[in-house]
Amino acid sequence: MNDPIYERIQANPRFQELVAKRERFAWLLSIIMLGLYLAFIILIAFEPQLLGTRINPDSPTTWGIPLGVGLILSAFVLTGIYVKRANGEFDALNKSILEEVQQ
Amino acid sequence: MIARLLTTLGLMAVAPALWAAGALEGDVQRQPLNISAILMFVAFVGATLYITYWASKRNTSAADYYTAGGSITGFQNGLAIAGDYMSAASFLGISALVFTSGYDGLIYSIGFLVGWPVILFLIAERLRNLGKFTFADVASYRLKQKEIRTLSACGSLVVVAFYLIAQMVGAGKLIELLFGLNYHVAVILVGILMVCYVLFGGMLATTWVQIIKAVLLLSGASFMALMVMKHVNFDFATLFSEAIKVHPKGEAIMSPGGLVKDPISAISLGLALMFGTAGLPHILMRFFTVSDAKEARKSVFYATGFIGYFYILTFIIGFGAILLVSTNPMFKDGAGALLGGNNMAAIHLANAVGGSLFLGFISAVAFATILAVVSGLTLAGASAVSHDLYASVFKKGKANDKDELRVSKITTVCLGVLAIGLGILFEKQNIAFMVGLAFSIAASCNFPVLFLSMYWKKLTTRGALIGGSLGLLTAVTLMILGPTVWVQVLGNAQAVFPYEYPALFSMAIAFAGIWFFSITDTSASAAEERARFLPQFVRSQTGLGASGAVAH
Repeated sequence: MNDPIYERIQANPRFQELVAKRERFAWLLSIIMLGLYLAFIILIAFEPQLLGTRINPDSPTTWGIPLGVGLILSAFVLTGIYVKRANGEFDALNKSILEEVQQ
Repeated sequence: MIARLLTTLGLMAVAPALWAAGALEGDVQRQPLNISAILMFVAFVGATLYITYWASKRNTSAADYYTAGGSITGFQNGLAIAGDYMSAASFLGISALVFTSGYDGLIYSIGFLVGWPVILFLIAERLRNLGKFTFADVASYRLKQKEIRTLSACGSLVVVAFYLIAQMVGAGKLIELLFGLNYHVAVILVGILMVCYVLFGGMLATTWVQIIKAVLLLSGASFMALMVMKHVNFDFATLFSEAIKVHPKGEAIMSPGGLVKDPISAISLGLALMFGTAGLPHILMRFFTVSDAKEARKSVFYATGFIGYFYILTFIIGFGAILLVSTNPMFKDGAGALLGGNNMAAIHLANAVGGSLFLGFISAVAFATILAVVSGLTLAGASAVSHDLYASVFKKGKANDKDELRVSKITTVCLGVLAIGLGILFEKQNIAFMVGLAFSIAASCNFPVLFLSMYWKKLTTRGALIGGSLGLLTAVTLMILGPTVWVQVLGNAQAVFPYEYPALFSMAIAFAGIWFFSITDTSASAAEERARFLPQFVRSQTGLGASGAVAH
């Protein structure tokens, strides 16, 4: 383990910016995902008839279908959002920090 | 109010039991020998053995063997992870649940999916940046190698053992059901094939077997869903209204129903599933097969997409079975029940939409699914023995690649023999609890140590060792004293521990134990371990010094 370089990175304000930004983003998305799931559970617990209500009286599709499928899609979309930002903005910042301290 | 919420949470977590047991529980009726299924399965085995041969020529170093040299792309790894998750039981079990209860099936499958985004946000990239071959590399990064690797290897081996037994017994029964082969023949066949893949092909072959199977399963399921939608002119309203007309529960299949178990057990199992996934050695190992954190993130993105798509397909397939299977006397016995049980709903639907050839295809895919999952498990078990116990604990990090690989291969053969033996031994046993137990142990021992080693600076070896062991012991003890083992397996009248799944309690004990024995640790080595958190943290964030891909 090469200690000085790790300390230099740790002391670098841009590293701290990266960590703060990425951590905040990751926890925010985790909370959104768990929150959506919890909201879904609570809805089933307290208003199960709501999910069983038809969206349109002429069609058998109930509100539960778009909400359930929406939750599956939201898991996919949230991972997509994270990957896009982490592989773009965060990785670029990370790369420039590493280049800066290794000079 | 709270009771109602708990009940619902309970409902959410019944699915795992289904997933764990699914088609694979209870007595099965042996079916007549299915020739087209066997031919297609032979084709699959031929192709995968060829891949194993191809992979064996590329496997030269330990990195090749354990992690395919880090050469797997994010997309391929996403398919492989999805393959690990889409077991035969989840395909047959969830579509059967939709077939019998409609909307509940969708609720259940959602419970399995939401853990994945959280793994991506909180675990995947740190894990990739810190580890090399096994998750114990990460857990023991700044702690004492001997203690933490021994603990992690024990956690891994116990998880692998229970998971393997469940898969082997399930495989035997499913094959008996689908192909009409004898149980023992099936178990021995699965054991031999899995050893071949792992022994000669290592991670590269194991990954490709998993990818091929995932593609076959997704294509087969897509075709079935497509044929169902074609039958209703691609109109969901028609699909639902036709299903409501013929289903005995009528309109109720469109809203949350009520398969409810004891809520504490159910929450406990829910926790086990969510955090257990993040502690399964064969899943965690997949993150080291990609070149860097960027690809690791992409893998989870693709995996989440494939798994979510698969669950939507099973929902359509379940409704399709209501329309096309439940109304067809060909698939029913004299009493009006489905031939082979409700778990056969998807299999019968394959026959209904694609004839006997497609039925053979889907049966072969179900078999391939089991093979792929047991191979991944065996490789994870073998790495825990060779990389963690032999190379790091026994040889104190001074083992050479060649010896380490030899130990890994010997372990693979031992695990194969053990898996066949246990599969035969447990034939008549109720194995439904074993996957639940594997997840509970993963969530109570592997996950807390791994998670805190990456996130909590004050963690020390003493805390991790005592807390992790407490979690492991509590999970196993409570499981033995609980209703599934104490009453159903051992035949006692009353369970000592009233809940079916221990994770809620064993996770709490593990975290509390780790916390208490870490903060009270004032030894000099504890101070050093805390000091090493800084470089570990920088590496976990930046990937500086992380092991990369091996050029071929």
